[in-house]
Amino acid sequence: MEAVIAISIGVLAASGVWLVLRPRTFQVIIGLSLLSYAVNLFIFSMGRLRSNAAPVLDGAHDIGAYADPVPQALVLTAIVIGFAMTALFLVVLLAARGLTGTDHVDGQER
Amino acid sequence: MDHLAILPVVLPLFAGAALALIDDRHHNVKLAVNVAATLLLVAVSLLLLADVQNGPARISTYQLGNWPVPYGIVLVLDPLSAMMVALTSVLALGAIIFSAARWHRAGQHFNSLFQLLLMGLNGAFLTGDLFNLFVFFEVLLAASYGLALHGSGKSRVKASLHYVAVNLASSSLFLIGATAIYGVAGTLNMADIAMRAPLLSPGDQTLLQAGAAILGVAFLVKAGIWPLGMWLPTTYAAAAPPVAAMFAILSKLGVYVILRLTSLLFGEGSGAEVHLGAAVLQYGGLATIVFGTIGVLASQGVARIACFSVMVSSGTLLAMVGYDDAGVTAGALYYLVSSTLGLACLFLLVELMERGRSPGDDVLAVTLEAYGDDDDEAEQTPEAGSATPGTFAALGIAFVCCAILVAGMPPLSGFLGKFLMIGAMLDTGTAQGEAVSAGVWVTVAILIVSGLAATIALMRSGINTFWVSLERVIPAIHGVEIAPIILFLALALGMTVYAQPIMSFMGTAADALYTHGGYVDAVLADRATGAGR
Repeated sequence: MEAVIAISIGVLAASGVWLVLRPRTFQVIIGLSLLSYAVNLFIFSMGRLRSNAAPVLDGAHDIGAYADPVPQALVLTAIVIGFAMTALFLVVLLAARGLTGTDHVDGQER
Repeated sequence: MDHLAILPVVLPLFAGAALALIDDRHHNVKLAVNVAATLLLVAVSLLLLADVQNGPARISTYQLGNWPVPYGIVLVLDPLSAMMVALTSVLALGAIIFSAARWHRAGQHFNSLFQLLLMGLNGAFLTGDLFNLFVFFEVLLAASYGLALHGSGKSRVKASLHYVAVNLASSSLFLIGATAIYGVAGTLNMADIAMRAPLLSPGDQTLLQAGAAILGVAFLVKAGIWPLGMWLPTTYAAAAPPVAAMFAILSKLGVYVILRLTSLLFGEGSGAEVHLGAAVLQYGGLATIVFGTIGVLASQGVARIACFSVMVSSGTLLAMVGYDDAGVTAGALYYLVSSTLGLACLFLLVELMERGRSPGDDVLAVTLEAYGDDDDEAEQTPEAGSATPGTFAALGIAFVCCAILVAGMPPLSGFLGKFLMIGAMLDTGTAQGEAVSAGVWVTVAILIVSGLAATIALMRSGINTFWVSLERVIPAIHGVEIAPIILFLALALGMTVYAQPIMSFMGTAADALYTHGGYVDAVLADRATGAGR
């Protein structure tokens, strides 16, 4: 499981970085989205990977039987914030497209 | 300390939310609410400052929702955070008064975004929790995206596109760093992390340092270190003047967080074997000063000079933080306040000076030096307020004071700040009987040359604006536009006159940072006894 998660985070992050460095605004926004997916997976994996373990403690059971709830709360916050920021960036992107007449990140073709 | 510490966060939150509900047509009502909320914030922050100065404990905590410390989020009020909150509120007051002339009407929801920016800034200064810091960072960034776009226009949208993209990417780095630290230390409370860090196994230490380094990059982007700060001049120059004045403290926020975290995790007495990133901060800071200095000299127009001065100021602070010495840091904190006031003042002045100038004038002004003088300016209609020769003289005097402040020339506080930093740097080596190292001399030289470059560049634009063109249109200026400039300059003058008590306060702030146990003990004090108050 660790290898699969690690490879998928790596692939997502690498594709994200490559797209962020592309000259079209749409590529940049998709790249940033992929980067944030990679980061979300990373946050999730920081609570150690476990399957079939609930994140909620009830009663005085063995703590080792539960998954760490904190990264799950963190990833939720990160997803919400990332979503809002992507929406905001989309608006700026459209405004830039409307004002400059091109979808190049520098506002002019080279 | 009661519930006073939460007010700098809650007050702007409610003010911002209430302002969003008022229709944009009632812009005078919105402005009045905004000014009232900001005035209240200034009062609260001054009370907090008095609390820290005279109260029984230097460092006090506030538990959100009264959750016990390692589990709940905690706000920490120490001299440094109290000072930063006070500086933010004073800057905000100046910026909002300036915007009363016309900028608050230039777009939608300016007032709400302004208050939310204050909420994010104050929260980031006060919080003692790493993830909560991320949330406040995002709040202030979201507000700053809106404010950077305020007034719209092609240059602002283009600059904002880069600004948003760079900051979204650096937010990703922030998250990776913060959660990597959580993965190793098992806590997000900064004091708790600092306490556990020395106890980790060597393998985990490496992971912690990697996490801290990634986290650091996110803040260095914010602070505008070379080569991560290329977005800064364009964004700040394109932003509306009151917004740019507020942005002057955004880059200081990056420096603040780096100072806070490095002193907690890797400072003297923290048990860490290496001071992670000290060399990066020193060399990066110096490179930033050099880059900013070249930028200042090459700039056409005062707005860009101000932007590159922001970089010089950030670079200076980062290099000083890299010294990891309480004396140097105390001087740097004094310089931080004085340079933030000076830069905010300069951003406000820029617009007044360039009002009534055609956009090509700045290019013209520089070419004038090379190709001789021939004045043929078109008449321009004044945009606002009344024009008198007196305003021109007032502007000139304000510009001279501002230039002296930013360049660090005597007699204003900019000079004292640099003097204190250089003095402390020269003392660090000689206290142990060693000779002053070559690195210190290089730093001193770069600091002084950067001041000289700022003097040359600002003098050049001052001469071109105020002396060369006699037939120019006198800019029309509202009283409310010159008031914040006078406020900032008066504060700088106050800092110069009362340098001794202020410097002793900065000394306690720096000592509180570097007496390692202080912060950790204050935050974790309630831990043994269970839930706090």
